[in-house]
Amino acid sequence: MFRKIDGLAARPAVSLFFEDRSILAQEGDTIAIALMNAGARAFRETPLSGAARGPLCLMGVCFDCLVEVDGTPNVQACMVAVRDGMRVRLQHGARRFEGGT
Amino acid sequence: MNRAMESDTLVIGGGVVGMSVAYGLARAGERVQLLDEGDDAYRAARGNFGLVWVQGKGLGQPDYTRWTLQAAAAWPEFAAELTQRTGVDLELAQPGGMTMCLDDAELSERGALLERLRDQLDAEYPFAVLGSAEVRRLIPETGPAVAGAVMSPLDGHVSPLRLLRSLVQAFHSLGGQLCAGTRIEAVEHQGGQFVVRAAGRSFAAGKIVLAAGLGNRVLAPLVGLRAPVEPSRGQILVTERVRPFLRYPTLYVRQTGEGVLQIGDSKEDVGLDDGTTLVQLSKIAARAARCFPLLDGVNIVRTWGALRVMSPDGFPIYQASSECPGAFVVTCHSGITLAPQHAGPLAGWIRGGLEPAPIRNFKAERFDVQKN
Repeated sequence: MFRKIDGLAARPAVSLFFEDRSILAQEGDTIAIALMNAGARAFRETPLSGAARGPLCLMGVCFDCLVEVDGTPNVQACMVAVRDGMRVRLQHGARRFEGGT
Repeated sequence: MNRAMESDTLVIGGGVVGMSVAYGLARAGERVQLLDEGDDAYRAARGNFGLVWVQGKGLGQPDYTRWTLQAAAAWPEFAAELTQRTGVDLELAQPGGMTMCLDDAELSERGALLERLRDQLDAEYPFAVLGSAEVRRLIPETGPAVAGAVMSPLDGHVSPLRLLRSLVQAFHSLGGQLCAGTRIEAVEHQGGQFVVRAAGRSFAAGKIVLAAGLGNRVLAPLVGLRAPVEPSRGQILVTERVRPFLRYPTLYVRQTGEGVLQIGDSKEDVGLDDGTTLVQLSKIAARAARCFPLLDGVNIVRTWGALRVMSPDGFPIYQASSECPGAFVVTCHSGITLAPQHAGPLAGWIRGGLEPAPIRNFKAERFDVQKN
């Protein structure tokens, strides 16, 4: 469904964890791009109806691509660049508080 | 010339106060037209916090405590009735409410206030002063900075926006007419009728109820009444949705049915400025995070300011005009808490019924002070 445009200069590889699985991205990719390249479509479920949501605008406006990054919930995946060793998790329902609850 | 649109009663102001009265009148069988200024008006009904609150209200004025107690008791049936008529869930919950206190002095002061309120009343006035351990038992997420809380089992909260929407819908379904974007230009009293000119149209009715919030200041004198109300700004922060944890509404923080945390309660005298300031918002956020440290990392998604409508003593003005019989002024700070009273006993009085006992002293004359 999604394919990166050919012809872009190769960039260094970045390795991150997506739901405990190691995936590869390129430096400068956003988390949203890395996850979509890895086959993810729905990133979260809405807090009230539980409907599936994925990236829509990819420019920081729609807040539909929220994921958990290194334990911090409700991070906009389209607005944060990947980093080596980053741990990304899908979100189910409303955010939890750090450290439980 | 256009013929005036006729009805039994004209209600001026489509906030929660005006809508509650209009709904009550329409429910009783009146033909009611409601004129609402528009979205450039100061909308207290859109900006308020949503507490259905008893504790702390009515010092020096036990009638106000009584009126508030009656309202809190009437809320469950009122909400159920609106839900039945409109299908809108108002998210009413009255599990008891807390005022969190950050030091012992604040806690004993708050406890003493409620004791005085109870002593001036000849009715039940339940409350409890809770120590920090007891507060943490009820809300485990309470932070170590909390010295205790005063809890009243009568307190609760409701979604003010769902309430307003439900009132509008119910009013429509009863045949009420809501004219939006209709700013009043003139009010005349002739031949036992009130004729209002607004937005190039004329509206006529035998009765007129002014429920225009701060707008009542200008409107009331047109029908021989007074509403010396002043704006008092409150600022509110709203967080993203989070897992429900706060089972009890508190005076400064409540969690809505959608999981949003609403944080507020600042009071500023800044005229008609309904903006926000970083200084106040920071103070509000800091206090909330001391009460509930887990809020520290939660994102704020919206902030706003809104203007409370305050009379000089903070109590309502409910008055019938003797100069222009059939004209009424209705203004109060607690339009959410008092909504069932406004739709019920107050509307009954406006229709010609008995004036409810607790509100007989809420006339504007009480603000007249002897000058020498």
